[in-house]
Amino acid sequence: MRSRKLIAIAMAPFLLLPFFFSSAQESRKSEVKVLAYTNATIYPVSSPKIEKGTLLIKGDTILAVGTSEDVKIPAEAEVIDAIGKTIIPGLICTHSHIGSVAGADSSSPIQPEVRVFDSIDVRNTSINKARAGGITTANLMSGSGHLLSGQTIYLKLRKGNIVDDLTIKLADGSLAYGVKMANGTNSIRDSGPFPGTRGKSVALVRQKFIDAQAYLKKREKHQEEKPEEAFERDLALETLADILEGKRTVHHHTHRHDDILTVLRLKEEFGFKVVLHHVSEAWKVADEIAEADVPCSIIFLDSPGGKLEARDFEWKNGAELSKRGVVTAFHTDDPINDSRWFLRNAAVGVRAGMSRQKALEGLTLAGAKMLDLDKSIGSLDPGKQADFVMLSGDPFSIYTRVLETHIEGEQVFDLENPTDRLFAEGGYGAGHNREASGCCFYR
Amino acid sequence: MRATIAKPPGVASTVNFPLIHTMFKVIFALALTAVAHGQLAVKADLLFTMTGDLKPIKNGIVLCGEKGKIRAVGPASQVKIPKGYKTLTAKVVTPGIIDAHSTVGLSGILNSPKHDQEQLEKSSPIQPELRAVDAYNGRDPLVKWLRDLGVTTVHTGHAPGTLMSGQLMVLKTNVPSITSMKDTLIATSAVASTLGAKALSKSPGTRSKAIAMLRAELMKAQTRLLKIEEAKNDEEKDAPASNLKLDVLVDILNKKTPLLINAQRHQDLASALRLQEEFGFNLILDGAAEAYLLLDEIKAAGVPVIVHPTMGRPFGDLENMTFTLAAQLHKAGILFAFQSGYETYVPKTRVVHFEAAMAAAYGLPQEVALAACTIQPAKILGLEKKIGSLAKGKHADLALFDGDPLEMTTHTTGVIIDGKVVSSKVK
Repeated sequence: MRSRKLIAIAMAPFLLLPFFFSSAQESRKSEVKVLAYTNATIYPVSSPKIEKGTLLIKGDTILAVGTSEDVKIPAEAEVIDAIGKTIIPGLICTHSHIGSVAGADSSSPIQPEVRVFDSIDVRNTSINKARAGGITTANLMSGSGHLLSGQTIYLKLRKGNIVDDLTIKLADGSLAYGVKMANGTNSIRDSGPFPGTRGKSVALVRQKFIDAQAYLKKREKHQEEKPEEAFERDLALETLADILEGKRTVHHHTHRHDDILTVLRLKEEFGFKVVLHHVSEAWKVADEIAEADVPCSIIFLDSPGGKLEARDFEWKNGAELSKRGVVTAFHTDDPINDSRWFLRNAAVGVRAGMSRQKALEGLTLAGAKMLDLDKSIGSLDPGKQADFVMLSGDPFSIYTRVLETHIEGEQVFDLENPTDRLFAEGGYGAGHNREASGCCFYR
Repeated sequence: MRATIAKPPGVASTVNFPLIHTMFKVIFALALTAVAHGQLAVKADLLFTMTGDLKPIKNGIVLCGEKGKIRAVGPASQVKIPKGYKTLTAKVVTPGIIDAHSTVGLSGILNSPKHDQEQLEKSSPIQPELRAVDAYNGRDPLVKWLRDLGVTTVHTGHAPGTLMSGQLMVLKTNVPSITSMKDTLIATSAVASTLGAKALSKSPGTRSKAIAMLRAELMKAQTRLLKIEEAKNDEEKDAPASNLKLDVLVDILNKKTPLLINAQRHQDLASALRLQEEFGFNLILDGAAEAYLLLDEIKAAGVPVIVHPTMGRPFGDLENMTFTLAAQLHKAGILFAFQSGYETYVPKTRVVHFEAAMAAAYGLPQEVALAACTIQPAKILGLEKKIGSLAKGKHADLALFDGDPLEMTTHTTGVIIDGKVVSSKVK
């Protein structure tokens, strides 16, 4: 990590003045590594499985994917024989609580001004463990104890020193994130400013969005009439205005069939982009979800229950949604399901009738679509970021291990590395939020 | 509940046609039940009997005979299916899965206090007198959930969370209500005890205090045991009056009832071993997340381990847990079994062979992973002569699968308890 930062500092002049140092830039370019992983079973996800395939990457980008006949390996490439190994795109978890993420406090039920970005601990071992599970991108969210608990953050799980090293910048320079909302029992509380019923929950949310509609109009009018004057900004309403303008996606926790329909009504009324999360009873209203064309990020649990609204949870959610054409992704909800078991979600999806292809998409490309990042990640295609996972075998087999995780061409997990292995398997020191070492305490 | 056979009607005082008709129906039903309870052959491409070297038999057959017991087991070349037997086939067949430690039936699906959460009474830290039989709801949907997946026997009862939370029992997953102690395999199979952070509250507030409280209570039982012995040998002396709590502790000291101590950290595991050395009870270590630090000591003590769920959450006392624990225990030659454990939220119950599967991915041989949710828990519970493997005379409890039982993509295709098909769902 430290050395990476030093390199970044050393590179700073070149980055600032690229045109004046073209020769220097040339030499830098020649340092960009070209890697060819050969003889692997490759699942590009966007296209059929390739046996004895080659994955060619340059720096942080994928150059080519295909059979050994199709992909010409350049002379300068370092060739890595991946015979017997399986390569899949980096896994995307659309709903995670790693990195000691926290959002709204208990002062009110709707807090759009709160950014979870300001809470992330990049040294939390949960992030190392997620890398060990093959996760390369995650949507870190606050909990479901609020109607709206804050702005989420989409992170690439790069080996960074501070949270800024892990963020994703959008074309307008802003960070990539969504907004977390919830309905049902978790956001209903007995006291204070929190709603006590579902009816009240919806009324509170609708009023806030109506306020945001007014704010948006006021802001537009101000820009038209007196753009030279300062506009009185409202941090909370600004976030909701972004949602209304389609700039941010709502990630909505919801379980019961009626609560799912409540979200679809809100989407209809305010026209926002929304992803349904958990959706335990999706199988009951799968037609309605498909009709509304709303993506679903689903969870897998070993058994139903734990609370009334998850009583009718079914493993067949993935099959029922995907066969109706609903974009369906899995999530860990870590710590509900440990990030290291993420592949297992897809296996259960297959068990309950999902196609292998749709299940793989559910771990990768479907999640990328939900985060609006499918142009850069989610499949192994030329031009996309070199995020990939090397597995010891079939992605759906319980015996398969994650061997390596790569993000933008950089290896962030290696099972052969003792410290990485400690995070992958657990053991003494694996839970401490500091630099762990795999060397000690064992007999 | 096994009393599914309809009782024959009493002697009729007058003969009438409807009654004869009814009697005929009853006789017919009895005949059908007889078929359902026995005369069932199960053919398997791979038959894991869980005997000998644990390796499966190719093209195996199990015959379920009278009274829910196994009549014969072996390769198709040696076991012929008698006439009149109904035949089921499956790719893979194992003994019915045994969950070595669960709270299912006490901690229900809705997670609703005062309604279906009977697993932890917090009014006092030491309550070994609380029986599992008095708190079990065999009709909770989670029991069916596990049964349909192949779990035929559970060791369930009061949860970890206090110094002594109550008793555990062993029963089959087809018992809807406990109408007599005979509905269980063991009505008091162990007393559940917890050491470590989970058991600490206002008092005991520290680990030292917790051990002091346990020792004080066990010493009371020691004194009581001496008085019982004295009364036996001396007619002048009266045996002490019955005491619900102390009588259970005396059974622990008598080695009639094991003490199952849930401890995760190495210092708590060491405390459990010290307690066992001091009081000489039968100890079962439970959880044991850091047991890899004390393999020699556990092995020397000859104590079995019911490991925490492989997919347990690595926080608190479990922060140093490892997925390789089962493999390490196996390598060290320590008897161990898997458990679904106790969950406070979601999933409300784990599935024990899913936990075994994850251990198989981390160095435990496949057949040992299966043994650790069949014959190994049966041994730990002292039930290996009845359940946990497929052999003549044992209970005809079987789980049928369409592939490797440990793969998540495999379905359970049938479940048999005491020779009777209890599920033919593809799940």
